[in-house]
Amino acid sequence: MDPSREISLTVNGEPVTTRVEPRKSLVDFLREDVGLTGSHVGCEHGVCGACTIRLNGAIVRGCLTLAVQADGAEVWTIEGVSDSGEIAALQKAFLERNALQCGYCTPAMLLTAAALLKENPTPTRPEIREYLSGNYCRCTGYQAIVDAVESAASEMTGTGS
Amino acid sequence: MTDKSPLSIHDLPNSYIGRSVPRPNTRRLAEGRGAFTDDITLARMAHVAFLRSPYAHAGIRSIDISRAEKSPGVIRIVAGEEMARHCTPWVGVLTHLKGLKSAPQYALAVGRVRWQGEPVVAVVAQTRAEAEDAAALIEVAYEPLAPVVDMETALDASTPVLHPELGDNLAFERTVDAGDVDAAFAEADAVAEEVLHFGRHTGVTLEPRTILADYNPGAGKLTVHMSTQAPHMMKNIFATHTGIDEDDVRVVSKDVGGSFGIKIHTYPDDMATVALSVMLKRPVKFVADRLESFVSDIHARDHRVKAKIAVRGGRITAIEMDDLTGIGPYSVYPRTSAVECNQVLNLVGGPYDFANYRAVGRVVLQNKNIMCQYRAVGHPVAFGVTEALVDSAARAANMDPAELRRNSLVPDDAYPYTAATGIRFEGLSHQKSFEKILKLMDYQGLRAKQATLRESGVYRGIGLAAMIEVTNPSPMFYGVGGAHISARDGVTIRLDPTGGVTCATGVTEQGQGTEAVIAQIAASAIGVPIEKVRVVTGDTETTPYGGGTWASRGAGIAGEAALQAGRALRGNILDVAAAMLQTEADRLDIRNAAVVDADSGSERMTLADLGKTVYFRGNELPDGVSPELVVTRHYSPRQFPFAFTNGVQACWLEVDADSGFVRLLDFWVVEDCGTVINPQLVDEQIRGGVVQGIGAALYEHCIYDDEGNMRNATMADYLVPMAVEMPDITIEHVETPTAESVLGAKGVGEAGTAGAPAAVFNAINDAIGVLGGKITAIPATPELILKALGKV
Repeated sequence: MDPSREISLTVNGEPVTTRVEPRKSLVDFLREDVGLTGSHVGCEHGVCGACTIRLNGAIVRGCLTLAVQADGAEVWTIEGVSDSGEIAALQKAFLERNALQCGYCTPAMLLTAAALLKENPTPTRPEIREYLSGNYCRCTGYQAIVDAVESAASEMTGTGS
Repeated sequence: MTDKSPLSIHDLPNSYIGRSVPRPNTRRLAEGRGAFTDDITLARMAHVAFLRSPYAHAGIRSIDISRAEKSPGVIRIVAGEEMARHCTPWVGVLTHLKGLKSAPQYALAVGRVRWQGEPVVAVVAQTRAEAEDAAALIEVAYEPLAPVVDMETALDASTPVLHPELGDNLAFERTVDAGDVDAAFAEADAVAEEVLHFGRHTGVTLEPRTILADYNPGAGKLTVHMSTQAPHMMKNIFATHTGIDEDDVRVVSKDVGGSFGIKIHTYPDDMATVALSVMLKRPVKFVADRLESFVSDIHARDHRVKAKIAVRGGRITAIEMDDLTGIGPYSVYPRTSAVECNQVLNLVGGPYDFANYRAVGRVVLQNKNIMCQYRAVGHPVAFGVTEALVDSAARAANMDPAELRRNSLVPDDAYPYTAATGIRFEGLSHQKSFEKILKLMDYQGLRAKQATLRESGVYRGIGLAAMIEVTNPSPMFYGVGGAHISARDGVTIRLDPTGGVTCATGVTEQGQGTEAVIAQIAASAIGVPIEKVRVVTGDTETTPYGGGTWASRGAGIAGEAALQAGRALRGNILDVAAAMLQTEADRLDIRNAAVVDADSGSERMTLADLGKTVYFRGNELPDGVSPELVVTRHYSPRQFPFAFTNGVQACWLEVDADSGFVRLLDFWVVEDCGTVINPQLVDEQIRGGVVQGIGAALYEHCIYDDEGNMRNATMADYLVPMAVEMPDITIEHVETPTAESVLGAKGVGEAGTAGAPAAVFNAINDAIGVLGGKITAIPATPELILKALGKV
């Protein structure tokens, strides 16, 4: 018996209709079925944050969300928000500040930082650190990431020097 | 000044050296367009999952795969004996580590399992999920054996021997005895003793180990896509143990999601994956999931050190030490698991000028996960011991800990200097660095603040840690002992008819910025804007043979090769240009991608024009001119076994005496890594390293029970540093270039991790000492601190 279910959703604005196994996580679906490999898999138990994606406007753990739960949803991944230019200021700040080393946590870190700046356009450094604390980065020690988010926030709100 | 080019004539020849040039490879990573190994999908690619041992020590009576074989999607199920026919076992010993012994290790356990997590059966299926479904249906009958867990009793006569053929559980033992230790202790004004424990922890690379082996039987060629630090080393290992001609093996390693020494060892599951691809004649992928990473990625540290220190006349005069470490059931191949203990013996006391040193190090086998080299091998233990002893000695001698350090550091004018341990230093700057950090942190001001706050029940501490770091290793590290690990690294640079420059190097990119640094050096050496330079890494078929990324060697070794190759290419270009322009090469220069008149700076021809003439219109070249626009140079240090660096770190923190929680308030580093090629990348290596060291000091611990089960093998239970707990880190530099290379660069990749645990440890004891508390182990969890304070 084929256990798969049909789902229809939009991914980065494009409609996708396909069949998936009910047990398949949203991040595996995006990586394996849609071919968007920018969302990464780090722990598969909801701790490291590497699989962060945007589902109906909110960031979620792609490993704790099943693909079937995204039926009818609007999903945005790092590839989509890169192409739309939506997070360009954050990306520029990350590159200038070397706020990424291996780059494995970076797509999720950027989506999380974008969510922070949407909620709070002028966060303090402690607020940035608190908000990013669901995203594990083994390389940077976080300071460069905090600097980059701070700098992008000033750029976006026009308060930069 | 009319020249507005990025490469002004006024800052030649080193325009990019010492500048924070952004890395060329980060944009695609920030767009989610990297090329990590798991991003690759090949036609007919199968997936392997491993059934791992639930026991730390057990015999395997039988394996029943009858139900699993019928599970949907299953392609092949293989256990130990069959695997051993396709992948020969390996033994992790090196001849220069005298007496080191280990037993043959198989890709899949044969007859007996020796750690919880050891791979026992491989299941290949159409999807990973189907492979895991089938693995769950395999029945293995185990006969549990008494596990050897405690390293302290591993050598007792009553303890079982892990590998009967070895006779006992002692893998390696080394002693050092220099000067007259007994006399120094007899004459000492003050003596301090410590028994310290350094917890077992692991790398937790965010990208787990990943491998995709692709054997093409028609071509007889094996291509292995792999998240690794050492492609050429792995090529040799895959060939050696699968029987494929080494020249038919290609290892490709593009983006690597963190490595830190985790991705440079021979893992049984990787070896099995390669063998399965050969057996099945199709691509096979293995990605360690996080739960299996914790019980299969190498662990590190786990040392128990008894040590004492003597002080006379306000200076350190002697150190005596006994180091014991448990490495799991096998010495890891090919680097061995004796190196960390060996490093500890080499490095203890390293920053200080004293003549009397006695040490014994013992490395024992046990039924825990394998242990091997992880970022800053041995250093956190060595400086954890040294700096804890120095603080204790200062208390015993009634001295300020900064004063005892100041009096005892190797003087800046003492070089070249040979330490009591026998290691040689070319040139370091301990005194200058130490004075710099005291000023940077306002040491006296912090002491005053600390005293004031104590009156209101706030307990803050200052921790100082001086250190040295092994960088730019020569063949004396591994090659001398028989390992096929290259200490040399090379860079090939070519000029194309576009005027573009492409560099290929055997050093790999793990995010540390190798590609940026090579591009900076090549651009500077040739005389082109950095935008014209491309760098290729991570492919044994297209890069010069080399060692890869380990022991903080990339910038210092491949950087020098890039400098020499760039200079040679520049010379070749000028020779061609001189012939074409009917002048002398020494009257020309290359600036901003053009050949110019050296005196006037006026442009004679662009490099693109030169390249087009050479490649497309060679008929225009004068007779006898044979242009060579591709150059390779290699470099390996030879005068000193290592280019040591030095640094000093300081931590300011607060301990909540009621909860035992530590709040990090400030952290400073002064580092001397020789010539700084890219200040931003250097500082970010240090910051990332410090935070890994803080992880070891406060959070990270592989906790084992008495049966040899790792009890916290999930990311929810094994704590790592997250953004909210970490401090900002202030960094300054002293630059003492190595004279062994023209570039003068030493390594910096491990310095942060080397010193941070000692700084945090000392700061905690400095905070709670006034309450009568003292910790003697890391990680310093709240529970440990409350116990030290007698509150639980």
